[in-house]
Amino acid sequence: MSYHFAIIGTQDNPLFEYEFGTSKQGGDGQARFSEQAHHLNQFVLHSSLDIVEEVQWTNGQLYLKVIDKFFTNYISCFITAGNVKFLLLHQPTATATAPGGGGSSTTTRSSTSVGANPTSPQTEEAIKNFFAEVYDNYVKAVMSPFYRVNMEIRSPVFRQRVAAAGRKYL
Amino acid sequence: MASSKASRLGEEVWKTRMDKVNAELVVLTYGTIVAQLCKDFDSDYVEVNKQLDKMGYNIGLRLIEDYLAKSNTVRRCSNFRETAEMIAKVGFKIFLNITPTITNWTSDGKQFSLVFDENPFADFVELPDDGRAQDELWYSNILCGVLRGALEMVQMQVEAHFVSDVLRGNDTTEMRVSLIRYIDDELPPEDD
Repeated sequence: MSYHFAIIGTQDNPLFEYEFGTSKQGGDGQARFSEQAHHLNQFVLHSSLDIVEEVQWTNGQLYLKVIDKFFTNYISCFITAGNVKFLLLHQPTATATAPGGGGSSTTTRSSTSVGANPTSPQTEEAIKNFFAEVYDNYVKAVMSPFYRVNMEIRSPVFRQRVAAAGRKYL
Repeated sequence: MASSKASRLGEEVWKTRMDKVNAELVVLTYGTIVAQLCKDFDSDYVEVNKQLDKMGYNIGLRLIEDYLAKSNTVRRCSNFRETAEMIAKVGFKIFLNITPTITNWTSDGKQFSLVFDENPFADFVELPDDGRAQDELWYSNILCGVLRGALEMVQMQVEAHFVSDVLRGNDTTEMRVSLIRYIDDELPPEDD
């Protein structure tokens, strides 16, 4: 399972990006995207913004769950009260070979892991928790007096905390 | 005055006589001031420190009056150690609800450090990562000015500066205060 997380500002401008892999079921937390996918991911994420705009007014929730799918890429969205979008692209590992370990029980492991089934309630819940924690830290980052609206988030502390949230829930 | 007595006085005045404001209002207001100064002086942090100190000085000159009225202190501190106690346990307590620790006295009793375990100005703050702010900006420098201004009004000339700040990645936030001299009452120039 690989993840690409992005925060998109109100002008549809990227504020923050982070790629990581699953840490559950023996994952090593490294993203396993192919070489070309890095750029494709950005493209896929941004193209889903149209759908976000359609969906965002249909329910009063901040967490919009999986809103878009592009081949094996699933996109979950969380929208803040200030109309800043958190987008998470998740891609289940295509083959049964688990990253790093490669033991005999990989098939069963990956089938029970969070995200193996991107639309299951467990995955939704895990991503929701991840978003909630990131939101919490995002608010703190934005409260810094040296931050301006729609400015790129460069804070290393924030990056660490996103990484920690990723390790914890995904 | 014994230090426990100072603590009690600070606690009592804080509870009974002080108006309170929302902490986040303070954080954001002060943060905005500092950020705006940084912008106005084009990230000349040395100048920003000076400006903050100056603003603090002007606050201190007037704040001492409020301090004396609220704390009902009528007599002078007998020595500089007592002054330090009153600053930390009454002054900081009633205005900011913090009690910095007094340490590192020099043997002549004229210099001490205030170590801030918490700094209500610095919540949420991350210094700009332009490579200079971490080394040059003293974010809470206004406090130095406040002490300097307030003590000047009660006949003490002091020098105060920060020596470390957790915002810069140091382990503690420490302010060094040194007594330069007691200002003697000067007679007005004779009127011939």
